[in-house]
Amino acid sequence: MSLGRYVLTRISVAVPVLLGVTALTFSFIHALPGDPIDALVGFRSVSPATEASIRAEYHLDRPLWEQYLLWLRNVLVLEFGESPVTGRNVAATVGRRLPATLALGGAAWLLALAIGVPTGIVAAVRRGGPADELSRLAALAGIATPNFWLGLVLLLVFGVRLGWVRVIPPDAPLASPAMAKFMLLPTITLGTASAAVVTRLLRSSMIAELDAAYVRTARAKGLRERTVILKHVLRNALLPVVTITGLQLAFLIDGAVVVERIFSWPGMGRLLVRSILQRDYPVIQAGVLLVGVSIVLANLLVDIVYAVLDPRIRY
Amino acid sequence: MALLEVDDLVVQFYTDDGVVRAVDGISYEIRAGETVGLVGESGAGKSVASLALLRLLRDPGEIVRGEIRFDGRDLRECSAADLREIRGNDIAMVFQDADAALNPVYTVGEQIAEAIRAHEAVTDREARERAIDLLERVGIADATARYSDYPHEFSGGMQQRAVIAMALSCDPALLICDEPTTGLDVTVQAGILELLADLARESETAIQLVTHDLGVVAELCDRVLVQYAGEIVERASVGDLFYDPKHPYTAGLLASIPRLGDDRNRLATIPGTMPSLVDPPTGCRFHPRCPFAEDACARRNPSLVEAASGTSAVDAGLDAHLAACLEYTGDLEDGLDYEVRIRDESEEGAADPCGERNPESRRGETR
Repeated sequence: MSLGRYVLTRISVAVPVLLGVTALTFSFIHALPGDPIDALVGFRSVSPATEASIRAEYHLDRPLWEQYLLWLRNVLVLEFGESPVTGRNVAATVGRRLPATLALGGAAWLLALAIGVPTGIVAAVRRGGPADELSRLAALAGIATPNFWLGLVLLLVFGVRLGWVRVIPPDAPLASPAMAKFMLLPTITLGTASAAVVTRLLRSSMIAELDAAYVRTARAKGLRERTVILKHVLRNALLPVVTITGLQLAFLIDGAVVVERIFSWPGMGRLLVRSILQRDYPVIQAGVLLVGVSIVLANLLVDIVYAVLDPRIRY
Repeated sequence: MALLEVDDLVVQFYTDDGVVRAVDGISYEIRAGETVGLVGESGAGKSVASLALLRLLRDPGEIVRGEIRFDGRDLRECSAADLREIRGNDIAMVFQDADAALNPVYTVGEQIAEAIRAHEAVTDREARERAIDLLERVGIADATARYSDYPHEFSGGMQQRAVIAMALSCDPALLICDEPTTGLDVTVQAGILELLADLARESETAIQLVTHDLGVVAELCDRVLVQYAGEIVERASVGDLFYDPKHPYTAGLLASIPRLGDDRNRLATIPGTMPSLVDPPTGCRFHPRCPFAEDACARRNPSLVEAASGTSAVDAGLDAHLAACLEYTGDLEDGLDYEVRIRDESEEGAADPCGERNPESRRGETR
């Protein structure tokens, strides 16, 4: 099967999963105890007139399946209504926060790969040597350090003591040098544990591949050891790493709550925490949907990268 | 000077059970253009000896002694860069289990072309064209289209052909084939053997053929080395080996080949199994399994000597028939007692020129 057809197949499989994600997201308001109206207004008392208008706005007088379809139609054009708490348009609120989260999550992910992949390769090739032991210790420390602690320490040392970086984000556009400089610490904080995981995973996967017969063939051909490792071994060893890394991308983007809080980063994580505390259900709904969709998309991406790396996957 | 001269090669593996001497002081030569078989049971150290030639042994294997001279250069002394120049270019290897020997994530053609690019200043296009020619030469139909196939799209036989094409890519002076037909269907095996036979005949390439299959040896080889428990126990031309085996182990191997038209209802076997190389038997390593073993065999390790005269292998010519058995140094009281019966091919139909034990032999029946 060609790569193009494989990708189409994977996408067509992802569509029903995405529909399932929307159905779950939709139903959670109805799964809450009490009337959905209570959830939508944030459990306050409202006048019967307001209640009627909300019922009409959310089509709560229609059968459930019809409500879902109407809601889905809105979701497809990114229309989530207004927040009953702030009165602001939900899509606009999320739209303002999302780029900051994508930037931080993406940067942390790239950092994790930029550190994890070379370190994993060196550790596997120099197995048992000082470089391997050092990377083992570093990875262990990276995994064991809670990111809120790491973030606070970095902020304390470089922000407060040394004064090299600001402790709160500058009032500058996301794509500006000042912002890039500020993002350094949160990126390191968020990316460290992922880098450690990538290092260990790639190391063990490389060590397993180094024993494969094709590696001996490559050496017997007279290829440079560098070519043997980076061309022949690495591509095979990357497969398990791709799986984890794809999911990490989704989680880094979704799960930066604590780090965003420490660095006062205006991202989705903080928005979601606030919305949950305020029972701002439309925003929570939009946030949950975003998390679900990003995980499905990350998996789709993993499937595609897999097929690019290993032709046998394209059955 | 022979093309390849291996002198007193010792390879050890360091395992949890102890030190394994997989190859224990073997010496042999291969001349340019000749095909030499290295035969023995599984675990005799044949593959290890072959990998050691190109220093492809991985931990915990290590060459601890000996010289490997190729074209006068000692491969053990070569720098990594020099060794890389020799690998694939002067000495190439054909591995068993082609499916595993090919990298699953690159096309077959690319894996051949990269071997050419590694040793010669060619453009990508030239490398590609030569790879296609090689695929054609090893008998792959529609080679241009097949160039872009991945290994899993090839059948087992085609994969083995592709591995051979890869080995031939830089016209090596010596080709080491490690069990090239093991694991293939019999009909596919025949095709691969024919291909190797053509190569041996047409090109100047010398071949070291590692196999446990005496049928393959009979078909392809000029000379044969028989390896047992890490040592070479017999060396002869292919004719001498089959018609006049000098070592009881070789005779046992030959007797255990099944043949059509044979009225025996059980296969002959050599009793026992290959000894542990962590703690090999004293004296002659074959004596626990040898039907003619005497007390002396457990005490003295026979050296490889010319069977006819008993003179040391060191002084014997390359074509002398050598065997490592006390019989040939006159240290065996009762002597070896087997006879080789040659079956007439016209009489028997399909028969190999194989040795067979004399049915009247009194001792050490093996069947």
